[in-house]
Order: sequence, then structure tokens, then C-alpha cells
Amino acid sequence: MKLHEYQAKGLFAEAGIPTPTFKLASTVDEVVAAAEEIGYPVAIKAQVQVGGRGKAGGIKLVDDEAEAREAAESILGMDLKGYAVDRVIVEGAVDFVDELYVGITMDREAGRPVIMASTEGGVDIEAVAERDPDAITRVHVDPAFGLHPYQARRAAYGAGMDADIAGDAAKVIQTLWTLYSNRDASEIEINPLMVTSDREVIAADAVMNIDEDALFRQAELAEMEDEATGDTLERQASGVGLDYVRLSGNVGIIGNGAGLVMTTLDLVDHYGGSPANFLDIGGGARAETVKNALELVFADENADAVVFNIFGGITRGDEVAQGINEAIAAFDELPKPVVVRIAGTKAEEGRELLNAERLIVADTLEDAVQKAVNAAQEVAA
Amino acid sequence: MSILVDDDTRVLVQGITGSEGRFHTGGMLEYGTNVVAGAVPGRGGTEVDGVPVFDTVDAAVAETDANASVVFVPPAFAGDALFEALDSELDLVVAITEGIPTQDMSRVYRRLRETETTMIGPNCPGLITPGSAKLGILPGNIFAEGSVGLVSRSGTLTYQVVDNLTARGVGQSTAVGIGGDPIIGSNFIDLLRAFEADPATEAVVMCGEIGGEAEERAARFIDEEMDTPVVGFIAGRTAPPGKRMGHAGAIVSGGGATGTAQSKIDALGAAGVPVGKTPDEVAELAADLV
Repeated sequence: MKLHEYQAKGLFAEAGIPTPTFKLASTVDEVVAAAEEIGYPVAIKAQVQVGGRGKAGGIKLVDDEAEAREAAESILGMDLKGYAVDRVIVEGAVDFVDELYVGITMDREAGRPVIMASTEGGVDIEAVAERDPDAITRVHVDPAFGLHPYQARRAAYGAGMDADIAGDAAKVIQTLWTLYSNRDASEIEINPLMVTSDREVIAADAVMNIDEDALFRQAELAEMEDEATGDTLERQASGVGLDYVRLSGNVGIIGNGAGLVMTTLDLVDHYGGSPANFLDIGGGARAETVKNALELVFADENADAVVFNIFGGITRGDEVAQGINEAIAAFDELPKPVVVRIAGTKAEEGRELLNAERLIVADTLEDAVQKAVNAAQEVAA
Repeated sequence: MSILVDDDTRVLVQGITGSEGRFHTGGMLEYGTNVVAGAVPGRGGTEVDGVPVFDTVDAAVAETDANASVVFVPPAFAGDALFEALDSELDLVVAITEGIPTQDMSRVYRRLRETETTMIGPNCPGLITPGSAKLGILPGNIFAEGSVGLVSRSGTLTYQVVDNLTARGVGQSTAVGIGGDPIIGSNFIDLLRAFEADPATEAVVMCGEIGGEAEERAARFIDEEMDTPVVGFIAGRTAPPGKRMGHAGAIVSGGGATGTAQSKIDALGAAGVPVGKTPDEVAELAADLV
């Protein structure tokens, strides 16, 4: 779960990391009022969960009310890479002389968190990592002991930060670590950590992703979840406990198990279609779950057909078929063709049970995907 | 022969009285697995399907000589359960639980490195040596005895590939689901090394997916240290960067530079591993090798 910049920055500020003064605004008048209060120049920044906001026109620096008004009008309501912008933050512009990078993430190969620091902040850090891996200093943290202060210093000095700045940067790293471990973050970063003309450090941006599996013990962050999720259908899916990712293709996909669903997406592509979504309904296939899944995919106007691929492992094929039959009984008319493939335990019994008058029944995975791709093409034609 | 589990494996089930634990203990017993004990705090002295339950892992091992544990404990308590299992110096711990916080697993993994125990999972279907024993939730009926080893990050994808293999008359020596989380007890290389050392395994099928670099590392290992032929499959070719595809570990980093399906397919190709485009193509490639 990705927090919005304003949410992450709020947590950073609360923990004692220096941040610019900022206010959240959702109308042009609010933007102007916030800017007056903070004092020009200010930055107006779209609050959406996509990278490259600046390049896409979602961040503007303004010097007076006329510019603020113009910028707010263009950013509020704009479509930024598929996400509607309904909120911005207005924040005091920072007079900076240098841009640093500090962050913490989980090194999954090592199984340990890693601190990263660099003097090349303000740009895409992954591009830096690829171009010049040595430009980023990495210090692994032993999870049994946590971050020792010397390790934070080692990261800052090791990255080649100026001597009068490295101590302050190390303090920021130490605070980030506290947030990372106390809040079950999966990733936390400041890019850029600006160095002001007064030789102070200040977090000009804030990225904080939370481990979704830990939300059960992060009540305050769990409440932010609704606001943080961008896409409407994705929000609806998480409300009914389904694992759903919206894509932009024409074939809706429902299945059980992440690996098999991904494989189904790949096969749709392989047979000339384009996946509209990833949707994993997990183990079992109760009618209620199946109905929720179908509703989601039916609501996606891009999807012209649906392929339902279930491998009944422990779940029996006949139970899955009953679940699907019950679920489609809730729809007077299926708005899109639905192809169903059931494999595994009791698959044959399942296939026989399926309502073949309303569903397209397929025998194999390949067969199901081809039928769905064809059906989507026919609907579109 | 096989790897990790056979007729001599004595299984303890942690969380045996929960609905999952109870159900799958039945499935394991039905398959012929030697389930000797269960462990659930506060439930000592009871039985599940005739299997005695103990309050602690320590007591269960002392009484029954269990040498492997299958863990069904819910995510909030699973980290603790895994530490408990590791403390009893079992040969094998299989963590089925899905949704364990990553920072908990980081600490478990740190502890695991200090022990001689092999851990499979978490967030995995377990493992099976067809005809001998299954530890976990895999549907036993789709497997057949044979000589192809299988290692996969995903559950139902494993079943799909096994179904295709069995349909082509290709049986399996041992099949292992290593799990879809960012931090797992055993990675591809650990299992590939075990299959390489197993005389009964004539070929290996490796099913990977997007995210991380485990497949790339495995490709180097295959190239440098394996004689047993390997066939590959990679799920997630169409996954966009920055979106988690179900598994916590299945995410291509924002820049899209690392963890992509293409980088994995290329690495396997460079190691001489043919990569099937569909699960059935994988089965066909494997059938040619045995």
C-alpha cells in the first residue's frame, strides 16, 4: 500500500524529520488561500500514486496568486496517467543548493533491510543505480539488532555527503529507520533530501509504502488505505477482499492463485488479446466471491469478454461450478460473454454442471483463453 | 529416491486445531503421510484424526520424535510459531501460512541461518514426494510417481504444470512450492542443488515469476553447477511495473529494469534452459528429457 505524499510527509514531520510547510487543498480557492498563508513562492503538487508527476505536468512552482490560480486550475481535475487529480498539496518552495537521496527497503535476496544513501538525489534513483551502482552507498541492517547509529553515519559519510551535512542526514536516516520498523514499511525514501542555502537538510518529497500483510497491527495506517488506493474499481475490489489489479486490455480475467492468474494474462497476450485485469479470488469459490468478481469485471468498460480459469486443487470442481451457476443466476443477463474452464479435482463433474446455455465452457487453459480472445474480438466488432 | 521428504518423514502440524490445519491434516493422512503430532497452545492432550496434540513443539518432539513441521498458524502468530519450530532443531519446516509481515520473516530468516533446518515457504502449498508423503495442501491426486523434479513459486500454477506433466505420462520425483513471498526459507538454488544430488531426478521443471532476482541467480547456478537438464517457465510477462500481482513478491520495480519476465527468460536462455511459453509446452519439453 502506497501512501500519498501528504500522508507520508505528515508522518515524517510528526517523527521529527524537517519538511517544508505544506497544506492539502482540493479547490482553486483553497490552493490560493494556502499559498497566501505559506507565502510565495510555493510548489503545487498533484496527489496521485504515479511516478514522474513533474514531467507529466502534475507539479508546478508558482510566484504569485495569478500563477497559483492558473496552475491549480490546470492540475486539479487533470488526468495524470489514468488517475484523476482531486487533491494537491501546496508547499513552501525550498531554496536549495544540493539534492541528496536516502531510503530504506528490504533486500529480498539477503532477507534484510538495506539503507541506501546517495549524493545524486532529485532524479530517478533506479536510473542512477543502473548507470552507476557505486553512486549509491548500501548498508545492510541485521534485523535482530536494528539500525546502529554508526551504520546511519556510515551510509551518509560513505555516500560522500559534505561533512557539515552528513551528521544531519544520518539523523534523518535514523528517524526513517524508526518509522520503517515501527510502521511496517516495505519501502521508505526521501528523494530529494534537499540541502538549503542555510546548510540545513529538508525532505522535499516523501515516499512510504506499507506492507499490506502488516496492516492488522497498523490501525492508523489501515485507515489511510481507502484514501491511498487510486483506481475506483481497485478500491471496490479491496472492499470485498479481492486481489485485483486494473490493466487496460479487452479480456477480463478471473482465476485462483497468483501464479496461475498471471499465466492466464500471459496466455491472453500470447493468443492476440490483451488482459483487462488481474483478479485472484484465492482458494474456494463461494457463489458470493464469484459474484463479486464477475461484478468487478463486468463494471470495467474496457473488458469485452471474461475468462474464468479455476484449478480446483483442494477446492472441488463441482463446488466451483455450483458457485459459478449461483453467481450468474444473480444477473438477469450476462453483459459480456463468460468463458469458464475448470481443471483438477472433480473437473469433469464440474464441467457437466456448468450452465452451458449462459456460459462458454472450455476444456483446457489454452482453449479457454482462445475462446475468450475470440469472443472479445466479436463483441468489439 | 526423492528430496526432503520420504516414507521416514515424521510430521508435526503446528496449528492442527484450526480449520485449515484440521482439514489438511486429514488430507495428509489420507495420502499416507506419517503425521505423528500436532502442536497448539492450550490444546495439549486432545486429538485430531487420532493424532495427539501437544501444547508446545518442544513437548511434541520429545514425545513423538517428529522431524518435520507443517505450519498453518495464522499470520499474526506465525513468526512466533516459526521461531518455536526452529528452536526444536527439526530437519524441515514447511510454512503454509499466507500473509506473514515481511519484517517478521526477516527476523525468522535471520534465525534460520543459524540453524541446520531447511525451511520451505511461507505462503506456499508445501511439497510432495508422490507415493510417499505430502506436507502441505497440494491435491495429491494430480501427481504421479516419476523422475521429474519440480520447483515453483506458485501453488495453482504448480498444479497446472503437474496436470500437464501427468497427462503426458511424466511422473514427478518431488514437487516443491517455495512460496510467493519476498523472503522465503529456501530459494530455487537450494532446491536445484538438492535435485542435482538426487539420482532419481532425471530432469527439473522450474516455474518462476516476476519480481526479485531469484530466477536470474538460479540460471547462473544451472549454468555453472548442474548436469541435470532443466526446463523453465516464467509467469507475468504482461505484468506492468509497480503493481503487485497477488503474491507480495511478484512485483516489477517501478523503473521496470529489474525483476521483469524478460530478464528472467533471457537469463535462463543464456544458461541453456528452454523456457516454455505455456504450461503445456513446459510439460512437452520435460517429456522429451525423460
